[in-house]
Amino acid sequence: MNAHAEEHFAGSNKLFTSVWVVLVVLTLIEILLAYKTMPIHIMLTILLGLSIIKAALIVAYFMHLKFERLSLILTLVPMLVICICLLFVFFPDSFRSSGLRYKFQETAPVAPAPAEEP
Amino acid sequence: MSTEARAEHFPAVDWNGGAFPYRVGHRKLGMWLFIISDSLTFSALLMGYAYLRASNNWPTPFPFYPSIVFSSVMTFCLLSSSLTMVFGVSASAKGDKSKARMWILGTIFFGAAFVVLHLIEWNHLIGEGLRPFYLPEHWAQAFTLADGTPPTALFGATFFAITGLHMFHVATGIIYLLVVAARVKKLKHEDIEISGLYWHFVDLVWMFVFPLIYIMSVDMHGALNH
Repeated sequence: MNAHAEEHFAGSNKLFTSVWVVLVVLTLIEILLAYKTMPIHIMLTILLGLSIIKAALIVAYFMHLKFERLSLILTLVPMLVICICLLFVFFPDSFRSSGLRYKFQETAPVAPAPAEEP
Repeated sequence: MSTEARAEHFPAVDWNGGAFPYRVGHRKLGMWLFIISDSLTFSALLMGYAYLRASNNWPTPFPFYPSIVFSSVMTFCLLSSSLTMVFGVSASAKGDKSKARMWILGTIFFGAAFVVLHLIEWNHLIGEGLRPFYLPEHWAQAFTLADGTPPTALFGATFFAITGLHMFHVATGIIYLLVVAARVKKLKHEDIEISGLYWHFVDLVWMFVFPLIYIMSVDMHGALNH
């Protein structure tokens, strides 16, 4: 069985180290973004974009999916993406309940502003 | 895709039995399917958090120190643990089981560091008075809107639920890797690779939890005067 002692595992340690460096750099960018003033939806888009890149790097190289068969990739990834996208169906309701809860906010404040904090 | 390439990727004979159509063993396929279903669990939790956040006055209380510093170091620990794990799997593929065990123990060290730092961070927030359905009094005051709308107390519920479930996964992964490290010589290479899949998945989930829970909740304007 000595012929089977060495299994195939594509990718060198150098490749994995460079993936790790990219992941650390992307994380540092995220932390810097935390202290930049910008509209929340832009910040959310950038952060999620960076996170998806990081997740793709981890899945492709560390979890080795890039080196697996195409049929395995096609079995696992698209249905996960579709299921996650289906969860977005809840957001109109979320914005609606926000509108119900804070509907007086834009017209007139319902309560006097609290005293300034010392 | 040309017909030849298609036939190479999807040969019909693969599906007639007696072959591994995906070229992975049943245990590895099982772990992949578990990972997909677990991703949906975390996706649903993060969506629930986004839903609540979009429909409530949401507090953003995290100071640079300790919250952001701790969570950044924790992120670094998890990323490094993934690197040591992939080194371990590489060593195991070359048949060097002792080296694989050494790298897996390194992975366990970084994972344990993550859990310890996270518990310190939890302890700090609990000490401030954060509970699953209750905000500390000074947070509630600092984040009340001009029209008197208080911030939602659900902040604690989403924070403890999501980071708690993730920490549970890390703790489970540490136990899993301890078993793998103890039995490394008896296990086949694929079994070690499967434990690596689980560990990388835990790392991957944190790549979403960290920006959405921590980075998006930074106390930018010093509302709490830390």
